[in-house]
Amino acid sequence: MRAYDLVELAGRNLREAGLRNSLTTLGIGVGVASLVAMLSLGIGLQKLATRQLGRSGLFDTVVVTSRQDSRGPRFAQAAPVTSQPKPLDDAARHSFEQMANVVEVYPNFSAVGDVRLETDKTGNHFTVVGTLPQSARNSESFDDVQGTFFSGPDAQEAIILGDFGRDLLNLPREPRGTDVKLTPDQASQLLGKYIVLKYHKREAGDSAPLEGKTIKKGQRDPDDVDSADDKEAEDAQSFNLVPKQLRLKIVGIVSSEPNRGLRQGRTPLFLPLALAESLDMVQAGELWSTLRPSDTKTYMALIVRVGRSKAVAQVEEDIRKQGFSTFSILDASKGITRFFTFLDLFLGIFGSLALAVASLGIVNTLVMAILERRREIGIMKALGASDGDVKRIFFFEAGTMGIMGGVLGAGLGWTIGRVINFATNIYLQRQDIRPENFWVVPAWLVGAALGFSVVVSLGAGLYPASRAARLDPVQALRHD
Amino acid sequence: MATNGTEFESVRTVSVVRHYKLGRSTIPAVDGVSLAAGRGEFIALLGASGSGKSTLLNLIAGLDRPDSGAIVVEGSDLATMNSEQLAQYRRHTVGMVFQSFNLVPTMTLYENVELPMRFAEVKRRERRARAEEALARVGLSDRMKHRPSEMSGGEQQRAALARALANRPKLLLADEPTGNLDSKTGTEIMDLIRELNRTLEMTVIMVTHERSLAERYANRLVFLGDGKLLGESVNELEKIGATR
Repeated sequence: MRAYDLVELAGRNLREAGLRNSLTTLGIGVGVASLVAMLSLGIGLQKLATRQLGRSGLFDTVVVTSRQDSRGPRFAQAAPVTSQPKPLDDAARHSFEQMANVVEVYPNFSAVGDVRLETDKTGNHFTVVGTLPQSARNSESFDDVQGTFFSGPDAQEAIILGDFGRDLLNLPREPRGTDVKLTPDQASQLLGKYIVLKYHKREAGDSAPLEGKTIKKGQRDPDDVDSADDKEAEDAQSFNLVPKQLRLKIVGIVSSEPNRGLRQGRTPLFLPLALAESLDMVQAGELWSTLRPSDTKTYMALIVRVGRSKAVAQVEEDIRKQGFSTFSILDASKGITRFFTFLDLFLGIFGSLALAVASLGIVNTLVMAILERRREIGIMKALGASDGDVKRIFFFEAGTMGIMGGVLGAGLGWTIGRVINFATNIYLQRQDIRPENFWVVPAWLVGAALGFSVVVSLGAGLYPASRAARLDPVQALRHD
Repeated sequence: MATNGTEFESVRTVSVVRHYKLGRSTIPAVDGVSLAAGRGEFIALLGASGSGKSTLLNLIAGLDRPDSGAIVVEGSDLATMNSEQLAQYRRHTVGMVFQSFNLVPTMTLYENVELPMRFAEVKRRERRARAEEALARVGLSDRMKHRPSEMSGGEQQRAALARALANRPKLLLADEPTGNLDSKTGTEIMDLIRELNRTLEMTVIMVTHERSLAERYANRLVFLGDGKLLGESVNELEKIGATR
């Protein structure tokens, strides 16, 4: 039998028992819908978690600290004890930059300063000052930026957080930790305006002969901080704090802190990285490097950004082998991934159960159809239909119900998801929590649900179809 | 029309046996029947109910398989065919009509006639021409779009005849074709069958229990009883009927 004849015959059979076949198709649809709904909830929750962590900028990032001191995140993984501790200096920074998959290396920068709007002569806001590398432009925080990113890596520009914008405008504070998005009117009062940043520049003092320290360095264990306290005090490199001030143009306002997870505490004001490095601002925690005898400039912490998140583990390992301590969120994220794999699995199993019940519906419908159409099958065989022809007709009917049920189910699942998402967000808004899209129906899920539904339907059609094909035409024609 | 053996043989059965098991006992539905039908011959299988005539017809139709013996139709032995070959045989070599018409109730007459051609993979355009031709031959050209339930018994049987003709078979098998019809309509159908037998030179084997009907239309009468061939007679009356 030709394909179009098969399609026509199966199609007319489906139409003839329209109600029963529609109900069966609906059954499959509900099964697929629950599968899609369950899985998209799992995927959505996973995406939400990943997104929240992704905002922190840690997923593709390794924070490197020197083993010579204990600065940096407390939970940093220490380098193997066998390797020699090394200073985190420009040489180290350069060697990280050369590593495979490393996109950029920049210092973790945190200074303090007094900030006011240029026009506001009285206001003074003592605040933490951070930096952003050019790559931070891609951070999710800039999805809804008011204004723009820095025009260049050393532009005299600033990006501020929304709630700091309120501070500058002397508006009442929002509860701490909430993301504040300014009204267009408020934003226009800040964007393009200038702020004055008062900070302290670090200038080398007269009584800090570097040579002297170099000599002493080989004679003591650099890690043995406690016992070296007195000596260090003697050898302290002195420097002068020179007050400076800088005029910066506000170019962008963001509601959430870009690369948030990399910093401790809240940083409401950002300068371009290269600009900040050139200013030689005194950084928070500078005392450490001040008290440590060193002949070169060292960094408190370097942030290594890795191109592919899969390469993070390797880069981290390589850096640790060089003798530095590292931290990345990789270990935490592994656990999260595992949790969601289990969640998806269980949700998928529940969804599949619904589909299994629906497939029993197909078996039932087709077996009923055989009983009902025994005579017709007998006639078809008497007229020359082969066993294969009869089988294919029934198989095709099952497949058609599967496809239609799949399409229906995917649509239904998507709709159910939207509705639940919508309803939940109304609830969240009432609770003053930012609405989240925790419902994701990726294209592959729709495709897989369709495929799964067709496969299940064909599987369910297998038995009835072969039963119909085996029907004895003499018996079937005798049937009334 | 030759009556006692043709130049070419259409059907030959050789000691055909078909037993049915019913519980512990075995019923010999067909028990060693040897029969030959010449091409273009019109044979009536006569016998009481349970004589095995329908079983023999089903065996010749390729709907059933013999337990032993051979059934040679147009040179091929059905007993050696696999199910696909049998289906192909049913598709191309035989046309069947039944007592209860056996039209598919959900299809129109046209669709019913078209159905065997779907299995024979006849092209769509040719299908249309052939179906219209067959329906015209049985006088149902204007009822093509009707469903069987909208037709009289006679019309349904005519449609079934048209369907049996669709794939231009060499052999027409009829199982009590007038059994469900009144005598007038039955005569119409039988006239139609004889016309097909003569104009298309189709071999006809008809099962009936009405001797008078057989005598009017068949070249040869074959008598069956308890699955055995009881005897046959060349029908002299049929010649009279032919000139009627």
